[in-house]
Amino acid sequence: MYAFDWSSIPGALPFLWRGMKVTFEITVTAIAVGIAWGTVLAILRLSGNRALSWFAASYVNAFRSIPLVMVLLWFFLLVPAALERLFDIPRHEDTRLMSAMVAFALFEAAYYSEIIRAGIQSVSRGQASAALALGMTYAQAMRHVILPQAFRNMIPLLLTQGVILFQDTSLVYVSLLADFFGVATKVGDRDGRMVELLLFAGAVYFVISYVVSTLVRSLQRRLAT
Amino acid sequence: MGYHWRWNVFFETVPSGGATYVDWILTGIEFTVAVSLSAWLIALAVGSVMGVLRTVPSRLLRGVAAVYVEVFRNVPLLVQLFIWYFVIPELLPSRIGDAIKGVHPLLQQFLASMVCLGLFTGARVCEQVRAGIGSLSKGQKGAALALGLTLPQTYRHVLVPMAFRIIVPPLTSELLNIFKNSAVASTIGLLELAAQGRQLVDYTAQPYESFIAVTLLYVALNVVLMGVMRLVEARSRVPGFIGSGR
Repeated sequence: MYAFDWSSIPGALPFLWRGMKVTFEITVTAIAVGIAWGTVLAILRLSGNRALSWFAASYVNAFRSIPLVMVLLWFFLLVPAALERLFDIPRHEDTRLMSAMVAFALFEAAYYSEIIRAGIQSVSRGQASAALALGMTYAQAMRHVILPQAFRNMIPLLLTQGVILFQDTSLVYVSLLADFFGVATKVGDRDGRMVELLLFAGAVYFVISYVVSTLVRSLQRRLAT
Repeated sequence: MGYHWRWNVFFETVPSGGATYVDWILTGIEFTVAVSLSAWLIALAVGSVMGVLRTVPSRLLRGVAAVYVEVFRNVPLLVQLFIWYFVIPELLPSRIGDAIKGVHPLLQQFLASMVCLGLFTGARVCEQVRAGIGSLSKGQKGAALALGLTLPQTYRHVLVPMAFRIIVPPLTSELLNIFKNSAVASTIGLLELAAQGRQLVDYTAQPYESFIAVTLLYVALNVVLMGVMRLVEARSRVPGFIGSGR
């Protein structure tokens, strides 16, 4: 039977915490940028302009049909090249965190835009007509009438997507970036305690995701009433 | 950009000889399809059993299924995969663990990926099955019981068949997800499509050609699967239930 030895974890906690901060940074950036860009995409999709709506639809479908691992590999290849060309940042500079943030933000925007589109469509048509009849422009109606109601309806779904995103950030492992999971595997490797570190990492992800999902569910019940 | 495009790189012979890079890519597709489909069978089997348990009268059984769903939905796929690959063989009784570690590494990677993807997706299938059963009108169950069917018979002949016909669209997206998620198996060394693409980059230093090819192949797999599932959906649609299946 396997003899557990958890002694390497307490000493590694500062490293693990530093890794968790990287994980949170990527998650928060991707949620913020993803929702902003996702809202733009959703509005373009519903705009009635053929070209814009086609662009938004292709963007969303393209990102949704490619594995996240491939998207990350692409961005770890493209972002350094783009930074070099645009801002003259040398290639050997460590741009992996930047690349990961850009990749997750653009990738998640595709998923957020679908949630937001459904949210906008769930606001009854009468609301838009009433706003327009009151003399608001399309943009004013969106901003003051439709989006506030739509966002209220979709807060639980947006947060749930955030939990999924938080878990998915572990995939930056493919670039050996030191996020929480990356640090856990490095410590496990260094101390020959992979079993303990992996179980610990799994437990930490579980607790955070479970607590947030439970809070989201109670929020959902409150919003529903 | 100073990039030198070389599309014929795929037809060059690999360093070990006897094959071209196209063969690598084809092997990659085979592994992606094999691991995804076998995991899909596990997901369907486990997901339907657990989904039924989520709706039965027994609190204990409902609890077991709920724990399964929460655990497999709240731990990242990558962490689950590493646990199946690195941790489980250590924790099993040493006789079984050593037997697993003794088999060919490729088989170990394949089994770990298959079980991991299967149970991960199974938790999602479970929630869809539960939603499908929940969306049936109460009269279905009542009528079946009134006709003298036992509860297991009611599930087997009435509720589960109806639920599955209703949840074909969400199951389609889970099937697409399992193919996309199978790319995670590249992290433990399984040479599926994404891993072959990276290996090709290492050997040829032509990243763009390789990534473009692999990406397009994933899109193509997606299109094929969607086509197949559209046929399944058309054949299994419940008359009069159109559009209400979610």
